[in-house]
Amino acid sequence: MFSIENITHSIDAWLNSTFSPGLALLLESLLVGLCVIGLFTVLGLVLVLMERKVSAYMQIRMGPNRVGPGGVLQTVADTLKLAMKEGLTPDGADKFLFNLAPYLVIVVAMMILAPIAFAKGVQLWDLNIGVLYVSAVSSLSVIGILMAGWASNNKYSLLGAMRSGAQIVSYELSAGISIISIVVLTGSLRVSDIIASQQDGWWLFKGHIPAVLSFVIFIIAVTAETNRAPFDLAEAESELTAGFHTEYSGMKFALFFLAEYVNIFIVCAIAATLFLGGWMPLHIGHWSGFNHVMDYIPSSLWFMGKTFFLIFVIMWFRWTFPRLRIDQLLRLEWKYLLPISMFNLLLTALIAVKGWYF
Amino acid sequence: MNNEELKARLGELLPAAVFEEGAEWVTMVIDPAAWKEFARQIRRDPGLEADYLFCVTCVDWKTHLTMVYHLTSTVHRHTLVVKAKLDRNDPEIVTVSDIWRTAEFHEREAYDLFGVKFKDHPDLRRLFMTDDWKGWPLRKDYEDSVNMIKL
Amino acid sequence: MIEEIAISENGEMVVNLGPQHPSTHGVLHLVITLQGETIKKVEPHLGYIHRSIEKMCESLSYRQFIYVTSRMDYLSSHINNHGCALCVEKGMQIEVPPRAKVIRVLMDELTRLASHQLWWGAMAMDVGALTPFFYAFREREAINDIMEETCGARLTMNYMVPGGVMADLHPNFQKKVKAFISLFRSKIDEYDELVTGNIIFKSRMQGVGYLSREDAISYGCTGPTARASGLRCDMRKLAPYEVYGELQFEEPIATEGDCFARYRVRMQEMRQSLSIIEQLIDNIPEGEFQAKTKAVLKLPKGEFYSRVETARGEFGVYIVSEGGTTPYRIKFRSPGFSNLSALDHMARGHKIGDLVAIMGTLDLVIPDIDR
Repeated sequence: MFSIENITHSIDAWLNSTFSPGLALLLESLLVGLCVIGLFTVLGLVLVLMERKVSAYMQIRMGPNRVGPGGVLQTVADTLKLAMKEGLTPDGADKFLFNLAPYLVIVVAMMILAPIAFAKGVQLWDLNIGVLYVSAVSSLSVIGILMAGWASNNKYSLLGAMRSGAQIVSYELSAGISIISIVVLTGSLRVSDIIASQQDGWWLFKGHIPAVLSFVIFIIAVTAETNRAPFDLAEAESELTAGFHTEYSGMKFALFFLAEYVNIFIVCAIAATLFLGGWMPLHIGHWSGFNHVMDYIPSSLWFMGKTFFLIFVIMWFRWTFPRLRIDQLLRLEWKYLLPISMFNLLLTALIAVKGWYF
Repeated sequence: MNNEELKARLGELLPAAVFEEGAEWVTMVIDPAAWKEFARQIRRDPGLEADYLFCVTCVDWKTHLTMVYHLTSTVHRHTLVVKAKLDRNDPEIVTVSDIWRTAEFHEREAYDLFGVKFKDHPDLRRLFMTDDWKGWPLRKDYEDSVNMIKL
Repeated sequence: MIEEIAISENGEMVVNLGPQHPSTHGVLHLVITLQGETIKKVEPHLGYIHRSIEKMCESLSYRQFIYVTSRMDYLSSHINNHGCALCVEKGMQIEVPPRAKVIRVLMDELTRLASHQLWWGAMAMDVGALTPFFYAFREREAINDIMEETCGARLTMNYMVPGGVMADLHPNFQKKVKAFISLFRSKIDEYDELVTGNIIFKSRMQGVGYLSREDAISYGCTGPTARASGLRCDMRKLAPYEVYGELQFEEPIATEGDCFARYRVRMQEMRQSLSIIEQLIDNIPEGEFQAKTKAVLKLPKGEFYSRVETARGEFGVYIVSEGGTTPYRIKFRSPGFSNLSALDHMARGHKIGDLVAIMGTLDLVIPDIDR
């Protein structure tokens, strides 16, 4: 059956046979870098269009349908527009930090792509602390946000950035604890181990109650981490400020915008990897016949399907719920989600030790 | 209370009031100097309890201005109208915004459009017109060559 | 939209909200004094859409001035016109034929439904739920289509005349309204499911913007704003006009006085309006739709006051007539004017996000306030 593994293997073999190992590694890194940038761009395009179409159909209207067949070239037009806009730097802004902030956010987003397994054998860097790496590096994006708010020389940007920062830092705790509960069940931080352990079924089903609880908490926490509704007070239009990216225009704004959507993709990819098996097809225990049939669907399709389903769910939230006030938001995390997730971790540890999972 | 009883009670409270005939509700004309005390009385009197001031109007009768207050009681469900005649050159009447909070905005409107000064009003400023507007727009002798078209 | 004016010594900041808004309230300029995130004082600055309607009406005839009021509270345009027509009829002692009375009430209730739907959509949008806006407008379109067929316009329907209505109902009217009733019944439940039961929504609305009954009376609040604080003030019940005296409907009252109570009262009002329409739609009497009146109307010397219940509250028309063909002085008592004066009292001590929720539930239409 079709698999990207074959392509990557053949390219790797050809490079190694033609060039010296050092040069081959260098060329591979370059190639991978280009792929990542390409993936970023394509993902950004697809996700923005998906958001607009999904929101439109939920609001009983059509969404973009003029540019390109069925509106698919809409985001290309938007990106061109943003690229041609004037990039203003406000008067008293700290120029260095102002320009650095969007790049920091983008770089962090790209770095997190490293340990994610897109298909069987397609993983940039399978390090032994993959999950910890993801959790740690995603925290760096807060620096970019605070930098953007501070460097804008605008009181309201700073307020918005502080609120965003507080929100992200709080919800990282619940997200982290949910991740840990799956690590406890698997027994390893390595991403490929986690996926391999879901050979006989996804953790969402195998881990029954604690895993479902973890999953729900994780989805809520990452919605808050990526500043999506209903937790998007920092960027709400009908409230006071437009958040930390008020003063940005043109290409820099496009980078923030892109980074937000790629962040959504990344956290959904993590959720898919941990709870829904990543590229692992749906296997039920030892029903070899069923499993064999499921294996016919390429693993990249499995991964993308799961991730995009979760992205759809997160977009669904945005257009259904009203916004939470900042104090309600923080209260939700510290008084409800954190204690529940800590209790859930204990529960998971209990069932892991006792072996009370499928 | 129906209209006769109202008239009787109001006449007791302010014997100097003059009642107008032929209107739907009890309409009385009082002396502006007596307004504050009378207002307090009709607000507190257990038989009247006029606690809901729903309309404050000013009418420009070329020789004088008249303030018209429409009041109703949410307890007894009767309505009464109080009028006060003011001197056109220096229209002044005491405010009732401490008795009925709604009068604050209504009196500002009357000040803005007619020039009636309300004594002891907490914040007497123009409401609709810009702060530096000259003249009292709704008066009959108001001239504005730019904004008004005379047919 | 937001612009900081100054910071005073005790750390208070003065901030402008408006006059241009992302939400559909109109041109309202609020000057808010903030201490940190808490509101200390809210001061409305009015007059951005003051068109001196009252002065204009002094040079319009009694047939003409009615239609200026459609432009005041454009969401309850029929009801405003109705109030004016009633005042003129009161003055001239015109008897309105029964068919016209029923048509007027039907149009009023449909307008009330349309107004409440727009309020629901706009308020949900203010609080952050962006989808209900589209659902509300989908139903409003049905009402607008019905209006367009009979009255000729979708928003400012100049339909009422002193003595009745301008033209007879379109033959499709009954059928379309019946279809609308059955459609809307199910939609109202959908609205409740989507927004009312939502826990985020409730936590944004409950306990916010409390208005006690005494304050509601003192500030002259009317309509659903006052009813949510426990004050019975529905003009349709207190001073029934047209056929309201013979209809069975309730006046929804709540006692909590917070935003959620105002919200619930309006949702209930929508259901009551629907039941009024149901009672009338099959019983429209035959006959004339307009009483015979002279072409040029002259009110006798005197003063006349009529009150109707618009979607926002009590709308009063006070005509002072000197016997001529044009009114000597007209005063329109608009419901939003008094409701707005209570905004400062309700918003003190809350956060900015709550101010948006309070303004949403007050259902202000600024042209109504500014006149």
